[in-house]
Amino acid sequence: MDTEMITLEINGKTVEVPKGTSILNAAKAAHIKIPTLCYHPDLKAGASCGICVVRQLVPSRNPADNGKLVPSPKLLRACCTEATPGMHILTHDPDIVQVRKTVLELILANHPNDCLQCPRSGRCELQSLAADFGIRENPFPKEVLHHEPDTSTPSIVLYPDKCIKCGRCAEVCQEMQNVWALEFIGRGEKTVMQPAAGVPLAESPCIKCGQCSAHCPVGAIYENDETAKVWSALQDPEKTCLVQIAPAVRVAVGEAFGMKPGELTTGKIYAALRMIGFDKVFDTNFSADVTIMEEGTEFIKRFTEQKDLPLLTSCCPAWTDWMEKYAPDFTENFSSAKSPQQMLSALCKSYWAEKNGVDPKNIHVTSIMPCTAKKYEISRDENMSASGYQDTDVVLTTRELARMIKAAGIDFNDLPEEKADDLLGAYTGAGTIFGVTGGVMEAALRTAYCLITGEAQPPSIDFQAVRGMDGVKVATIDIKGTKVNIAVAHQMGNVEKIINEIREDRKNGVKPRYDFIEVMACRGGCIGGGGQPCLATDEVRAQRTAGIYTDDEKCTLRMSHLNPEVTALYKDYLDGKTGAQGGEKAHHLLHTKYQKRDVYHFEA
Amino acid sequence: MKLVFGEGSCGIAAGARKVRAAVEKLNADNAVEIGITGCIGMCYLEPIVDVYDGGTLVKRLVKVQEKDAERIYKAVADAGRAGAPRPPTASVQQQDGAPLSELADLEISADDKEFLEKQTRIALRHCGLIDPEDIAAYEAVDGYKAIRKVLAMTPEDVIAEIKVSGLAGRGGAGFPTWFKWNAARNAKGEQKYLICNADEGDPGAFMDRAVIESDPHSLIEGMLIAAYAIGATKAFVYVRAEYPLAIVRLEKALAAAKKAGLLGENILGSHFSCDIRIKAGAGAFVCGEETALIESLEGNRGMPRLKPPFPAEKGYTQAPSNINNVETFANVAWIILNGGAAFAAMGTETSKGTKVFALTGKIKRGGLVEIPMGLTLRDVIFGIGGGIRDGGTFKAVQMGGPSGGCIPEHLLDTKIDYKALGATGAIMGSGGMVVMDSHTCMVNMARFFLDFTAKESCGKCVHCRIGTKRMHEILTRITEGKGKEGDVELLQELCNGIKAGALCGLGQTAPNPVLTTIRYFRDEYDAHIREARCPAHECAALKTYSIDPAKCKGCTMCAKKCPVGAITGAVKQPHAIDPAKCIKCGQCAATCKFGAVVIG
Repeated sequence: MDTEMITLEINGKTVEVPKGTSILNAAKAAHIKIPTLCYHPDLKAGASCGICVVRQLVPSRNPADNGKLVPSPKLLRACCTEATPGMHILTHDPDIVQVRKTVLELILANHPNDCLQCPRSGRCELQSLAADFGIRENPFPKEVLHHEPDTSTPSIVLYPDKCIKCGRCAEVCQEMQNVWALEFIGRGEKTVMQPAAGVPLAESPCIKCGQCSAHCPVGAIYENDETAKVWSALQDPEKTCLVQIAPAVRVAVGEAFGMKPGELTTGKIYAALRMIGFDKVFDTNFSADVTIMEEGTEFIKRFTEQKDLPLLTSCCPAWTDWMEKYAPDFTENFSSAKSPQQMLSALCKSYWAEKNGVDPKNIHVTSIMPCTAKKYEISRDENMSASGYQDTDVVLTTRELARMIKAAGIDFNDLPEEKADDLLGAYTGAGTIFGVTGGVMEAALRTAYCLITGEAQPPSIDFQAVRGMDGVKVATIDIKGTKVNIAVAHQMGNVEKIINEIREDRKNGVKPRYDFIEVMACRGGCIGGGGQPCLATDEVRAQRTAGIYTDDEKCTLRMSHLNPEVTALYKDYLDGKTGAQGGEKAHHLLHTKYQKRDVYHFEA
Repeated sequence: MKLVFGEGSCGIAAGARKVRAAVEKLNADNAVEIGITGCIGMCYLEPIVDVYDGGTLVKRLVKVQEKDAERIYKAVADAGRAGAPRPPTASVQQQDGAPLSELADLEISADDKEFLEKQTRIALRHCGLIDPEDIAAYEAVDGYKAIRKVLAMTPEDVIAEIKVSGLAGRGGAGFPTWFKWNAARNAKGEQKYLICNADEGDPGAFMDRAVIESDPHSLIEGMLIAAYAIGATKAFVYVRAEYPLAIVRLEKALAAAKKAGLLGENILGSHFSCDIRIKAGAGAFVCGEETALIESLEGNRGMPRLKPPFPAEKGYTQAPSNINNVETFANVAWIILNGGAAFAAMGTETSKGTKVFALTGKIKRGGLVEIPMGLTLRDVIFGIGGGIRDGGTFKAVQMGGPSGGCIPEHLLDTKIDYKALGATGAIMGSGGMVVMDSHTCMVNMARFFLDFTAKESCGKCVHCRIGTKRMHEILTRITEGKGKEGDVELLQELCNGIKAGALCGLGQTAPNPVLTTIRYFRDEYDAHIREARCPAHECAALKTYSIDPAKCKGCTMCAKKCPVGAITGAVKQPHAIDPAKCIKCGQCAATCKFGAVVIG
């Protein structure tokens, strides 16, 4: 279907855009930048800040003017006003600039302005605007109402004093993620973004996905910085410091060093981590391959027995948290396989410890993740201490890793590439695609096909049906006549639909329409994670995704069951059996359980 | 004989229920019939008790107290035993000389009677005259005849009749009612909604509360007519939870209407179905803004949406919706029964019909006033309201609440009409009319309203959330004598920014009280800033207290009352106030019996 095009004039320039385009995006098409602050392309335009105001030229009402176009006194918000055919728009005039400047002055009069100590300094949208507009003196007296920061979760910190009430976090939390933890609370200057009834985040529906922190234009929501814990472990002579990096980190951390999103930096990260002082560098992609062995055999078992279907992936801790709160009727459907992070850490403090004769109590495992929810996952229940100690000691987000590299004075851009350490470092292409939506499903299908058919490889190693940015992807996969119905969803807000479809099937007493469902809480999967460099857009996500698929294609081995270190692990340590195949050791180390949790968790 | 107690919230607050309870206690033998009604609008005379003989009002007793209960009861019971009931007459306001002369001291004065006599009541036509909790009482005064008439008309004809009437939205904006109805009627959508905005929030406005408390069925009937006209089958009344009595009476009225087949499926046997539900609002001022109200109705936080799309196109749950205010609906049944032309015959070229005002402040007779458009402000304030109370002099009238503005004395002959009021910088608004005398400081008044809007801002727009707060700070500074040259200009700059940049009506109109006071009372701003002087002697920080030795008798009362020991002096000798210690609480002036304390 052809999109209807309309023509309008912006600053005297004729622009042709599809019908329905906002003035803001129409201006962008004409290479005119209208400043914005509350606007984010992921979200419905909120129209709250008033920075993007523009003026329309309208026919004069004075008959003497003969219909001449004159500036209308009323200003339009470019972010949420639709461009209409024949419209004349003026984006910059001294008055408009003054109105924008006044908005900034008003915001700054209500902001701590302590940029030097702010986690977002240098990447702050307010800071850049203040610089662009040359704000020097502020006619308005400064007054900041102080609120205590919310540090109740291990994942993110709410720092209300810095909040500019743009509403992005609430929009992300409610509309994108369907979580409803954050809302505007209070009125007037007392307005604050927090959970309903002012409860701490930890007692709220928050799933710790951190998307609010990735979308916040300023430093009002950020990851709980735990780099200090890691530095101190690195300095502890008793500790053997092991580290793992998640698939999505390698295609995003470069952004902090001026590289393009999607640039593969795996080898540089390994090198940097060694320079920082880690004793051994492992890759979560290895345990992603292990996950496929565990979850893949679990699926085959359930599918053969037609029991507890659909199987739901459980790699994403924000998704498991959501399910435990909002869909506890699905706990039985969850794959009991732990996330790759937890598998690798448990193996560090058991398998690796045994092989290297190190007492697990002296092993410190740091995990570098694109995710804030992972910080919560490591202590969510006793299964996260399968080794007898807390398996993962500290989780750092991609953003924290970038800061550590900078603090260590490492010239990241020119760093020669290194390799991961043995035993837990090798990975296949199937492991690396865990970082994008559809990746877990695709990796599972590659291996399941071979295990079910006994063939060496599926007809096509790329399962295109599960790739791409559609919120819900549905397909039927033909494994030599056996039809497997699958669904893939990413961005929490897209998930309820498929959950409700299964509920409907249950109600009607029919076979569930899907056999296997993959869910990732963040848009685009982990590459768009809440712990990744801030302010990702779909453009950035597409570049990171491309980086992940490049990594997959570069691998000689692209199916998890072919990973030689995985094979060695099962042979040497796990009695040759996965958890689903009755392997007790695998079951103990690599599997967990789920439980119903209250949406609002009030301490009595 | 029947005693009817005025039990609107105003009457109840003044003690009407206590008086009724005392009478009921005496009335064990039911010698006197006892009833209730709503608010007649003379809030300053509450509690009001009307004595009816047959259907005729024979005496209106005002400011009745519990201690009066016995003699009222006795007089009325005796009169009832003495004479046979009279036949009901057409006018319920008519009074004649019933033999109740012993209650003459409680009877309404001729002056006070003028308050009602000078009004023309349409929206308030039944308020204070019928029992709001009895559907039969409403039906007895032609209630629900208009909906019967409407069900025989086409929706287009109904809209045409409203168009003829020239009725405009009484909530403040003054948008033609027929136009909104027509837009909602023509909007595409299976399900359409009708919403009544009863989230009355302007400080000093209470006409919507009075209508719901006193005549809920006229609201229901008006809504049914509107629902029929636009094709809505579901309707809501969004009423603030701070109006508990209004909610209770509306609930009773809805139940009675439902029982009578006036609500629900196939109303009065027709093909028209409509249900009305009450939604209690949590008391956010911004929820009076229609798009914020819709958000709140949907269960979200009440924050305005961007318009367009207008509610007529995408309103409640994105379906076509029409929102009108209580007073607008209260006019509808009357227009249908009496014809649009009769309504349009009243008023001015641009504003038709009548408008209800809540007259408050330093006014002699405060309460609800309904007058035809086109009367002057002077007619209302001096003609009906009786002018300034306590012998004060008029200074200004604030119209339209926090979104409105101040109108000074030289504009008192401004006609009450949307256009003429708008030209003054004020607005018609929902009808709040706060009268101020020479003791009111206009800077402080502007500060009061900015305090209100700053606190009630939903927090969405920067201009409104922070801008009003900064304006409030500047105004506070001025009233404390800490103003600076350039403050007025900074205020004006902020006002213009907020007007241009705020998303909704609350923000866009928030500067009006400041702009109008600067426009008409700039000298007061300058006196505060340049001379640290409050010409009205209202701003506490700028007041000075001293004792006139010629008047002081040395009674020592002021010195005893002073909480900080700032007053010294020997007995029977003139006292003096130490300005360094004085905290300007005003206790001395309130205590002095000789008027010796001079406030400067």
